[in-house]
Order: sequence, then structure tokens, then C-alpha cells
Amino acid sequence: MATEILMPALSPTMEEGTLAKWLKKEGDAVKSGDIIAEIETDKATMEFEAVDEGILGKILVSEGSQGVKVNTPIAVLVEEGESADDVKAEAPKAAPAEAKSEAPAASAVEQVKTPEPDRSPDWPEGTRMKTMTVREALREAMAEEMERDETVFLMGEEVGEYQGAYKISQGLLDRFGPRRVVDTPISEIGFAGIGTGAALAGLRPIVEFMTFNFAMQAMDHIINSAAKTLYMSGGQMGCPIVFRGPNGAAARVAAQHSQDYAAWYASVPGLKVVMPYSAADAKGLMKQAIRDPNPVIFLENEILYGRSFEVPDLPDFTIPFGKARIARTGKDVTIISFGIGMAHALEAADKLAQDGIEAEVIDLRTLRPIDYGTIIDSVKKTNRCVTVEEGFPVGSIGNHLSAYIMENAFDYLDAPVINCTGKDVPMPYAANLEKHALITPSEVVDAVKKVTYR
Amino acid sequence: MARKPATATDTQTAAAPSNVSRDELLQYYRDMLLIRRFEEKAGQLYGMGLIGGFCHLYIGQEAVVVGLEATAKEGDKRITSYRDHGHMLACGMEARGVMAELTGREGGYSKGKGGSMHMFSREKHFYGGHGIVAAQVPLGAGLAFADKYLGNDNVTFAYFGDGAANQGQVYETYNMAELWDLPVIFVIENNQYAMGTSVKRSTKSTTLFGRGEAFGIPGEQVDGMDVLAVKAAGEKAVAHCRAGKGPYILEVMTYRYRGHSMSDPAKYRTREEVQKMRDERDAIEHVRELLLQGKHATEDDLKAIDKDIKDIVNDSAEFAKESPEPALEELWTDIYAEDLPQGSAEEVA
Repeated sequence: MATEILMPALSPTMEEGTLAKWLKKEGDAVKSGDIIAEIETDKATMEFEAVDEGILGKILVSEGSQGVKVNTPIAVLVEEGESADDVKAEAPKAAPAEAKSEAPAASAVEQVKTPEPDRSPDWPEGTRMKTMTVREALREAMAEEMERDETVFLMGEEVGEYQGAYKISQGLLDRFGPRRVVDTPISEIGFAGIGTGAALAGLRPIVEFMTFNFAMQAMDHIINSAAKTLYMSGGQMGCPIVFRGPNGAAARVAAQHSQDYAAWYASVPGLKVVMPYSAADAKGLMKQAIRDPNPVIFLENEILYGRSFEVPDLPDFTIPFGKARIARTGKDVTIISFGIGMAHALEAADKLAQDGIEAEVIDLRTLRPIDYGTIIDSVKKTNRCVTVEEGFPVGSIGNHLSAYIMENAFDYLDAPVINCTGKDVPMPYAANLEKHALITPSEVVDAVKKVTYR
Repeated sequence: MARKPATATDTQTAAAPSNVSRDELLQYYRDMLLIRRFEEKAGQLYGMGLIGGFCHLYIGQEAVVVGLEATAKEGDKRITSYRDHGHMLACGMEARGVMAELTGREGGYSKGKGGSMHMFSREKHFYGGHGIVAAQVPLGAGLAFADKYLGNDNVTFAYFGDGAANQGQVYETYNMAELWDLPVIFVIENNQYAMGTSVKRSTKSTTLFGRGEAFGIPGEQVDGMDVLAVKAAGEKAVAHCRAGKGPYILEVMTYRYRGHSMSDPAKYRTREEVQKMRDERDAIEHVRELLLQGKHATEDDLKAIDKDIKDIVNDSAEFAKESPEPALEELWTDIYAEDLPQGSAEEVA
């Protein structure tokens, strides 16, 4: 049967092209794979190969023709003894027109309506508490989950024999052995990729980065391999993995070792992002992170590791993602923070109280998902808001929250939202400069006074 | 016809057809022909605008994946780059599902959300389909890590190209794979061009498998235009890995007849070079000759196979055209898993 040869699309963007040259003439035999013509696209001159076999019965578009639209018949291929005029054009099935259904919600964030916040307590009233450092809480959470689930293992630099660069994994090698506490060479992209592969195969790796600064070497696997594979596979390939380690400024380690990555990771769909402040949250959220069937970025803080908090003395407790904690209630202003920013926010709230300003302090705890309900409820009550974080100002979590509050509670605001952030500079080494680059409680106090017009 | 290796070296393995059965030869012929016809059809649908974006065809390299798949057992895993259509067909994924993914339709393996470069199958232990050059190498070692952790004897085939061989993460992975004796076969599909840059223009260390020596990983170069040679080398590599001796490197010398992707005019090599490979070294023609000369099959037998393959491919193209585009709600699904992923270790154990 005679078949039409159509003008091909030869690049992702080509809509038309020039038929530069015919390399076969009418009457020539054509085999699959033979180059029959040269076609100029918007990018280059391409060779056009035959797919079907036959005889070039008729050339419909002559050499040198410009602006030939994709899918225009350019020649007719016939079989022995057939005439080109016998062609019964089979109309090409063009790509279907775009589906007519309504476009999804206008907002880029799938957030039709701010959900009701979860106000339940994190643990039952009257639970016995014990005092623990954040370091101990993280260690206990990992150990409990490793006991609970044989597929959970820890890998990273110095996690085993060295007992952890920051001693988070101290004792775990003795308890669980080298199969489950795996020392790696200094190869961030390599072990992040191996961990991700193990998670795709169904294990539950905890990958420790000695600090998140070094995770930039592994960024491709965190984002492209771990976060996106479930979507790209149409839901087949889950990736239950935790990437954890200290994030943000420590002290006097300068620019390459002092950066808060919260906003970077929080911008990526497919990741969950946790940034705890207290030891209780560190423990409950770490256990939740290990059980979560998705890739979780768990941002710890070196300065907080040694701080002590009250932790519920329960054999098994987790804290769900997307549930903020109201650390202090108040009616005059809402201060939203997370991670070490909470230390500044709470200190500022104490000072403000002395001046008669009652601040409500919200600890987001997770940055993906974010508990929008608790934020909006609080802002509707206080009508003023200040956000506090250590990261850079441009594209910060505070920027996002400001926009969200403006869209969803504009009429309740009595003042513009102020974002307190780290300064827009690489972290300096000199002690005095470093102090100025970081966010301080007094800056939070000043911002609150500005939004409360005091 | 005298057969010359894709590039001549001393280490190549020669395979004698005497120890190969008729059924095996017919199977290789079929499997390789399916890939070639499928890819030709994909190229055609791309030309018609039914397939968009990037589309990297495997034409010319068929013997690599068909030869290695012949050495795999149930439970073995495979992972590759964006030039992945052949790998999927060779491990038993349906032509319909692959073609429908290429056209971005609901019936595709990723429901139309992955496209040519990102397809997966839990059932067939095919872990993608990865668009970032060399990312699949540590991921593949991670799959092998999981099998070793779980204590089974599965192996992983991690395929990558000569271009990926210059990425740093390959060597981080070599180091850890050997350190931990991971059961992974690193398959370098050396088609001699990383997009437009020939191997010689990208490195002075052109014997790519030899780079494993620095880490203690054994390996060899294989004639990738000879499916029997590939299979023989694959058997050796698989035996090494299954015995718990750690990774193995196969540098399979092959050639892609088409451009890097559909929009590559391929001006970095001569038309004569390509034609010479097609005429003298074609892997499918090779098996065809073995079948005919050995009186294992007649021209008519092979014609019948050709027709079967053509039917499968045409059916896949029809399916890929008819399958609807994904529902708009799919935009918002599969971003997060609610439950344990299917096929996870807990389920498998």
C-alpha cells in the first residue's frame, strides 16, 4: 500500500523547516534506515531517514522549499508495481488538542482552603517527663526506630567507629553492628546516591551529612533522584529516606560552613522538610521522619545539640508533620519561627512581655508541609506578624509566609509583615562581624515594636 | 562475512556459535529486532509530533542489553540512563506501556508523567530511566547494597555510557562498591560518542574498564555488536557478583546509528563511518546470518518473526495514539507516598 512520507519534527521546538535536499529521486528503492533527504530545522541541518521500505513513487515537496509545516506530506512511498497516485492518504493522527477540562486551582500551591489546625496535645496530659539534650533525643529516636524496623540503617562519614562527628550516633555501632551503622568514605554524592538507590529498593536509610554544607555536593541525588522519582514513575517508586545533619551557622567557621538551607529544601515538591527546636520535637519528629515513606530532610543545629529540654518519657511517641506548636500564647503579635530561630523568638517574647507586649510564638517545626491553619488563626487574632529565621533574606521562608498571609488574611493585617533574617552576606569569620550577620533577639524586638507601632 | 570488533583490542571475548541453541539464537533475533523496530517507530512518531521533548534511540546498541538480559534471573535489578527504551523492552516490559509513555498518555508506565527518559517497573525490577548523566551509577550500587543487606543473591546491572564514565560520582561509587563487595555489574555502553564528543576527545585514558583497576574492580572489554560475546562476558560478570566477590565492570564496545537525540544532526562523524558499521557490524544481521547459515531457520521463518514484531510495534503505536492524555487531577498525585511503597523490602522479606 502506498504510504505518505510526512515532514518530520526533528527537534523539540520545530514547527516548520526547509526541505534542503532530496538524496533519493523518484523511482529509487528505499530501505529502512536510508537517508532520503536533508532538512533544515531551527537548529541544524538534519538527515532524514526512511522508516518504511519501498520505492520513492513521487516527490510532493521540491528541494529548497522553505516553511514546510511538520506533518505535511512530502513524498509518496509505493510498493513494486504501484502508482503514487494510488495513495489513499491516511490522515496523520496529530497530537490531540489540549484537554478541555477546567484548569486546576489558580494558586500554584495546591491549597484551596487553609485547613483547620490540629490542636491536639503532642502527648497525653500528665505524661512523665525526663530531661534530655537534643543530641540524646536524636540518638534515642534513631536507636528506637532501628530496634523497631530491621530495614532502617544509618550511613555517613564517621557515624560508626568515630562515634559521630557530633556524637549523635555515639554507641550505635556497638549496639547494631557495622551492617546497620555504615561508615562511608568522604564521597557525598556517591553515598547520597547509594542511599537513595537502597531506599528505592525498599530499605529505610538514614543518611547523615556531617553538615548540610557538604550536602550541596549531593544535591542532585536529593532533588533529582530522591524527591522526583515517585512522581516520574507514576507512583511506583517510593523513596523512604532521611537525610539529616547539622544545618545553619555554628560558631566562627565562616562562610562555607555556615548556611541555613531551610528555604532551599522547602521549595522542592516531593521532599518533606523538618527543622526542630526542642529535644521533644527532635525525638518525635525524627521517629516520624524514619517511618515516613518519602524523602525527608531533617535539619538539625550544632548549637542546639547540647541544649536540654523536657521530653516525654514514653516508649513510643511521634509528632506528625504539618502540625505547628504554639510555644507561647499572646494577643498582640504573632512571631513565627523554626529551628534555632525559636531561641531568638522566645527570648524576644520575654523582653517584649516586660514592655507589656504579649507575643504569640509559633514553632513551625516542619517547613514542608507547613501548618498554614495555625498561622492564619493566630494572625487573625493578633493582626500583626513577624517571622524569624537564620537564613538569607531573599527567597526566605518568611517571604513565603508573608505572601501567604497577604493572600489569605490581608484584611486582618494592621501592619506589614516583617521578615527577620540573617544578613544578605556570606558569613564572616571575625567575631564582631559574625555577630552582626546573624539574627538577634533585639532585632526581633525592634521588628515587633515596628508592627505594633510602639 | 568477516567480523571485525567495534574497535580492536586484545581483550575482547570471541564467542563460538557451536554452544548456542537454535531457540536462544531465535530469541536474541526477536528481542533485538523488537528494539530496533520499536525505536524506528518511535522516531517516526516523534517526526509526527506525537512524541515531544528529548527522545534518545537505542538503534545499533541492541546486542548489549539483549546479551546481558540473557544472563539475568528473577529478582535481578537493572537501571540505566535516558537511552532506556531498549532496556525496558529487553527486561519484558510491554511495548504498549513504553510507547504510550513516549506519547505522554495515561497508558504509559509512568501515567504520562515521566516521558522517554523516566520510566520504571517494580514488577520487572527496572529502576529507570534517569535523565542526569551518571546518576544511575550510585543509585544502581544502592540497589545492590539493598540486596546485600537483605542477604539474597540478586545482582544489579547498572548501565551507563562512555560520557558518564567521566563523571566523578562513578569513581566514588566504584570505591564504595568494591569496599563493600556490592553485587553490581557496571556496564559501560561505549558507543564512542558522548553526544558529539568522541572518547578520544574527552580522555587520554580511553580503555574505560581499566579505570576500575585503581579500586580493585576486575573488568573486561567486550564486542558489543556480537550478542553471543556480550552474553558470555555477562555470565562471567554475573557469576563473580553472585559469588559475593563484589562488583565487575564490562565495557561493551557498541555504536549508535542515530544521533544522540532526535535533534542531533550528528556532524561529528562521517556518514561513511555510520554506514560501515551498519553494513559490516550490525548485531541483528549477525544473528540472522548465524541462523541462516546454521540452517536453524529459513528466510520464511525469519519473515514470520519480522511480521510478528511489526505487529507488536504497530499495536503499541496505535495504543499510544489512542490512550487518553492523563486526567488533569494527575498533576497533583504521586508527589508524596501515603503508604509503604509497593514492592518494598518489608513486603518482599
